[in-house]
Amino acid sequence: MARRAYDGVVLTAPVTVPYQRYSNETAHWWIARALREALSLAQMKPQQLDGLSVASFSMVPDTAVGLVQHLGLSPRWLDQIVTGGASGITAFRRAARAVQAGDADVVACVAGDTNRIDSFRKMLSGFSRFAMDATYPYGAGGPNACFALLTDHYMKTYGATREDFGRLCVAQRDNALRNSDAIMKKPLTLEAYLAARMVSDPIALYDCVMPVAGAEIYLVMREDDASARGLKSARMASTIERHNAHSDDAIQMRGGWSVDMDEFYAMADCGPHDMDLVQTYDDYPVISFMQLEDLGYCDKGGAADFLRDRDLRIEGDFPHNTSGGQLSVGQAGAAGGFLGLTEAVRQVTGQAGSTQVPGAKRALVSGFGMINYDRGVCSAAGVLEALT
Amino acid sequence: MRALPPPPKKNTQRRTKVPTLPPLMRSRAALGLTAAASRSELRLQQCDDCGSVLYPPRDACSSCLSVDLSWQAVSALGTLLAQTNVHISTNTYFRERAPLRVATVRMDAGPSIICHVHADCEAGARVQMINRLDKAGQGVLMALPQKVTPNMDDDPQLRELTAHPKHRRILISDGRAGVVPFLVEALQEAGAGMIFVGLPEDWRPEPNGQALRDRQGVTLLPMDVTDTSSIRRMAGEIGGKVDILINTARFVRPGGILDRRDTVFSSDEMEVNAMGMMRLAQSFGPAMMMRGADGDGSAVAFVNLLSIHAIANDPAFGSFNASQAAALSISQSLRAEMRSGGIRVMNVYAGPTDDEWHQPLPSPKVAPQALARSIVQGLVDGSEDVFCGDFAKDIFERWCRDAKVLEIELGQGTG
Repeated sequence: MARRAYDGVVLTAPVTVPYQRYSNETAHWWIARALREALSLAQMKPQQLDGLSVASFSMVPDTAVGLVQHLGLSPRWLDQIVTGGASGITAFRRAARAVQAGDADVVACVAGDTNRIDSFRKMLSGFSRFAMDATYPYGAGGPNACFALLTDHYMKTYGATREDFGRLCVAQRDNALRNSDAIMKKPLTLEAYLAARMVSDPIALYDCVMPVAGAEIYLVMREDDASARGLKSARMASTIERHNAHSDDAIQMRGGWSVDMDEFYAMADCGPHDMDLVQTYDDYPVISFMQLEDLGYCDKGGAADFLRDRDLRIEGDFPHNTSGGQLSVGQAGAAGGFLGLTEAVRQVTGQAGSTQVPGAKRALVSGFGMINYDRGVCSAAGVLEALT
Repeated sequence: MRALPPPPKKNTQRRTKVPTLPPLMRSRAALGLTAAASRSELRLQQCDDCGSVLYPPRDACSSCLSVDLSWQAVSALGTLLAQTNVHISTNTYFRERAPLRVATVRMDAGPSIICHVHADCEAGARVQMINRLDKAGQGVLMALPQKVTPNMDDDPQLRELTAHPKHRRILISDGRAGVVPFLVEALQEAGAGMIFVGLPEDWRPEPNGQALRDRQGVTLLPMDVTDTSSIRRMAGEIGGKVDILINTARFVRPGGILDRRDTVFSSDEMEVNAMGMMRLAQSFGPAMMMRGADGDGSAVAFVNLLSIHAIANDPAFGSFNASQAAALSISQSLRAEMRSGGIRVMNVYAGPTDDEWHQPLPSPKVAPQALARSIVQGLVDGSEDVFCGDFAKDIFERWCRDAKVLEIELGQGTG
């Protein structure tokens, strides 16, 4: 059966609560700030919000339910998203259908996490059962070593070099210098990238994201409601999500996008080269490479060649991760899965300010989440468009 | 791999490194890996219905959703797909030991495994997986070169998983045990450092005594496991130098409970076999636990020699076996208590030993040479439970299958 389009539903009021390296506040605090700002843009009172979708790793012991009472909300539709780096798109997929069906009028899709001193270590030690049993006991706790293994294998198999990854990181830093909210504020050169200390080779310092505290939000509502509230909004032309794809692959070199790519572009009625900008999930550069390959920009293993001839900066011929991405803005837990999407909403609605890609009308946003054991389990993507 | 040099003399001015442990938390399913590692066996979960080999440990088969999974011996061979050196870890234990070599290995049996990897393994190479206990006493997997390489056991990551005698100083509690001369020889062959041997009632003539006294690298000490003050005195002298303690003290007499008219022999059995272990642990254990991370010559293991009938009584030696059951129980408590210091409590189980007290029994009996080899192999592997000889292995298998049936068989004299 052909999938229904997201007709009449829009994304609006994107807000990024500026990140902090460490925060003594809670996830609740960060999420409250995001909600307050988005609702104020929509001129809504918290009690009027009838749909809520939450993504967070650090609300423990609370869930979305505890958050609702904590914040005094009374939604008639409630969801908690657990797909990590894919949460931005997967939250939309559920919220949009709820709004289309009339189960909710407005769904606030919010992601937020805090980052206390030592909270990252504690989060890693209990991240998943497989991590607890099969990676944390090997010193590979946390994604660094797991991605180092994937990167090592990718480099050996396809001949990609550290310079290839470095160019992507350097371009993103250039973009981040235009974003006053980015955690990284110093320029990065390829020389500095190559000379950085090894974290888990071949992954060095600038291949890793900085864990930070922060929150991201956007609202999903009917197009008429958005325009009645005077909000600039964007439509989603197509989405996909896929979990645990290619589980027989000995080591991850591809994600779920490759399973669903044809359907993805058919629904969007466009192709990969019709985008004005691309937001990949960049927890490590190799993952951005994998997304470009699996989303049809080049053949498997061809991302290094593909990017070598392209300028990934805001004014370049292939604007990529325009806010600076997680590599330069920081990774605020589950909000990292929203960062590319909220930035893309700003871009196609002409609200991106200093990082605006001139005339951006269509953006590809991709998400990748949850290193449950040896690979990312969740993948998702969406094509975001300006309203015509 | 370069040969590990003997550790330098300890600088007593400096603080001894406090032992930290790798992560202890595991799911219940994962404890099957640890149980196999306690015997240094490679076992992975296998689906009883569709035969899929599964990893990481699961509660249901990821091919057919069957919940009937069991831990089976599988091919240890695999191919090294990727590797990394972890320079920065969030965990203190790993930070202190960085860089750590970690690899992805595709097992011939099916699953991909993220594991420790030996320094002599090259990218793309065929490797052999082993399952060992780490310092937290939990099972971990490590890829080794398929063929033996020079000084292979000296790999620092592997050495963390074993209680290898090389360069380690050893206390053998009772030099009168028949196994001791063979044990000293096997330990020295494995590269052991100084070996201290306790001699109870050292005025008594002792057949092993002169040979041990003459042997290079062996020091005899007056010590009796039934005499607390003699143990305390020795712990005061050498307690800070004991890396491996092997308790060879044993008192054994044949007979069940009703074969005796009083508890005199039974008291001696308990005093030597159970209380003796307790006394040694109380005097030497705390110092060993403080030295669990003391460089290449750190304290690593507390070894007990037990009868396999500790797990199921054979009434022919009924009273003695009761003392063995008590000793086993004490060792289980010790194992949990010594874990925080990174000290492994290893039990070496044997069937009837080839000595005067088992003289009328039929073969197979355990020769002292074989027992010595098993002890050293257990240390080299870092096992928690070692079964020496076919007799002990047979009893253990039957105990695993049905402990009650084994009890009945042993009680009928058909065991």
